[in-house]
Amino acid sequence: MSQWTLFEVFVRSKHGLNHKHVGSVHAADAQMAIENARDLYTRRNEGVSIWVVPSAEITATATDEKEPLFDPSEDKVYRHASFYELPDEVGHM
Amino acid sequence: MYAQMVETGVKKVKGLDEMSAEERAFQEKIDAEIKIEPKNWMPDAYRKTLIRQISQHAHSEVVGMLPEGNWVTRAPTFKRKLQLMAKIQDEAGHGLYLYSAMETLGADRDEEIEKLHSGRAKYSSIFNYPTLNWADMGAVGWLVDGAAIVNQVVLQRTSYGPYSRAMIRICKEESFHQRQGYEILLHMMQHGNDAQKEMVQDAINRLWWPALMMFGPSDADSPNSAQSMAWKIKRHTNDELRQRFIDQTVPQLEFLGCTAPDPELKWNEERGHYDFGDIQWQEFYDVIAGHGPCNRERVETRRKAIDDGAWVREAAVAHAKKKKQQAAA
Amino acid sequence: MTKYDELTEFLLLLGDSAMVQGQRLCEWCGRAPAVEEEMALMNVGLDLVGQARNWLEYAAERINDGRDADMLAFRRDERAYRNLLLVEQPNGDFAVTMVKQFLYDAWQYHLLEALTESADEQVAAIAKKSLKEVTYHLRRSSEWMERLGDGTEESHARMEAAIDTVWRFTFELHRCDAGMQALAAAGVIPQADELAQRWQTTVADVLEKSTLTMPEAARSFYLNGRDGMHSEHLGILLAEMQFLQRAYPDASW
Repeated sequence: MSQWTLFEVFVRSKHGLNHKHVGSVHAADAQMAIENARDLYTRRNEGVSIWVVPSAEITATATDEKEPLFDPSEDKVYRHASFYELPDEVGHM
Repeated sequence: MYAQMVETGVKKVKGLDEMSAEERAFQEKIDAEIKIEPKNWMPDAYRKTLIRQISQHAHSEVVGMLPEGNWVTRAPTFKRKLQLMAKIQDEAGHGLYLYSAMETLGADRDEEIEKLHSGRAKYSSIFNYPTLNWADMGAVGWLVDGAAIVNQVVLQRTSYGPYSRAMIRICKEESFHQRQGYEILLHMMQHGNDAQKEMVQDAINRLWWPALMMFGPSDADSPNSAQSMAWKIKRHTNDELRQRFIDQTVPQLEFLGCTAPDPELKWNEERGHYDFGDIQWQEFYDVIAGHGPCNRERVETRRKAIDDGAWVREAAVAHAKKKKQQAAA
Repeated sequence: MTKYDELTEFLLLLGDSAMVQGQRLCEWCGRAPAVEEEMALMNVGLDLVGQARNWLEYAAERINDGRDADMLAFRRDERAYRNLLLVEQPNGDFAVTMVKQFLYDAWQYHLLEALTESADEQVAAIAKKSLKEVTYHLRRSSEWMERLGDGTEESHARMEAAIDTVWRFTFELHRCDAGMQALAAAGVIPQADELAQRWQTTVADVLEKSTLTMPEAARSFYLNGRDGMHSEHLGILLAEMQFLQRAYPDASW
């Protein structure tokens, strides 16, 4: 077993963008994980903010559950703005 | 390559009709260039082979710091010292990206590293050669990283998602390594004195063949290639990649004004490729088996680093525990 | 020994110290206690060698005898080096390395912070750039002090031993000679006693959090980096670092 905890790392590359998963680091505590992530994933100015989460704390969908979880939203086109046709006279909405 | 002769444990590649439904769905996904992700079903042999391949690749990055570490304390100028330090830092970083990809397969990093230290896991043969003069820092960047890049560029399209993403990141960062190396040599050839030019030729003489060996044995002698290619964790044969590397490297060699230690190296108009002499495969197998010039020192240094650091890692864990208890109290 | 003007001497103190500390960190390559720590140590080293180059470029400009920063770093003898005795001490185990790093970081941090207000614009500019890096270095080494000081029994004992090994060289961190007094009077560098006070406070604070004992103030003794009176370790370090420049004096790299 690894001595240190595995942390997943999320980096926000620019202000206004979401944090994006970039990989993982090992660290004894969260503070060390942030610093290790900083040294590893932002050496080339890639980030303005970092999140770390213990990998064991993440609950993920199994990709084999893809159909029941994600397919139902495929036919709900009314959730997208392009579903609604408005006459040109209305202008931009 | 950084991963050489990766054992698949598969004797014969199965046809689609011989597979179970799960296996077939998996293979069809790969054939359709759909990435396999950590939580997807995958055959056990695929998982194990990938763990072996990625860990071997990661170990190579980490062991690869040592031949450069041999010169980083002796780099001749600020510029060269800073470049080399940044490059070494990247090697450690690339090792970590790869270990991270490997851990998504359920492997434990410390356990895999322990396999390296006990001789049960391999790393690239190239890092078992000594770096004997400053020009080696150039030749390592140009030839060794150059050979690695040829392979890694292709691996960006490998079937396993996390591995592919790690490769994309590594390729992006590594583009400076090869240029850095070549520039060291070019500067010595164009602005250096006779002693420096001799260093360059000496470095090329020593590292040329080991660099060609990095691609692994000829396809005829690579029993695992077929399965790895079917799984798309390997995308071209060893010989194809080696030829590609030679074809792109020889003009650069000529531009340096240096020669390769291979009298048979010459352009073949008909093939549209360079012909080259026979590789001494016995040397390669010896190095892989642990009998290279620096195998002992490399593994010993890595083992000592991790052993000597045990108290540091333990203390950090103990401290984190205390902090947690204090916070809870 | 040739002595330059006060400011140039001070630039050499800053540049040489960063260079030697950076060189010691290079020695860790491939030997750190975790791969993550390889990254971190080399990262700090990279910052320091970069800072050394900035300070020595400015020093070379002032000395103006045809030598550039490379010549100053790679061709000067140990008697001409002005670095702190602390940074030239051997790495020892990770405890010694971290204690050295922390004591040096704390010194650099407070010094650079004050130097951002220097009456000399170039000094202020270099300090400003370096301070960002050193703020991170100090944070990192302080955290390691705490982890190792208040970690296991073994780590605590190693840290106490490490402090005992290098503490005697800290007298230099708050030393003030006539040259420095003149610079301070001109507003180029901070007052030595204020600086010493800040260093003392930071170090006392971190040592307390780390459950480590702060020794009594170190007293000066014979050696003195500012006069090129070094321990025997520096010469060997330079012999390695300067090998190529010394062996091939007419070469271009």
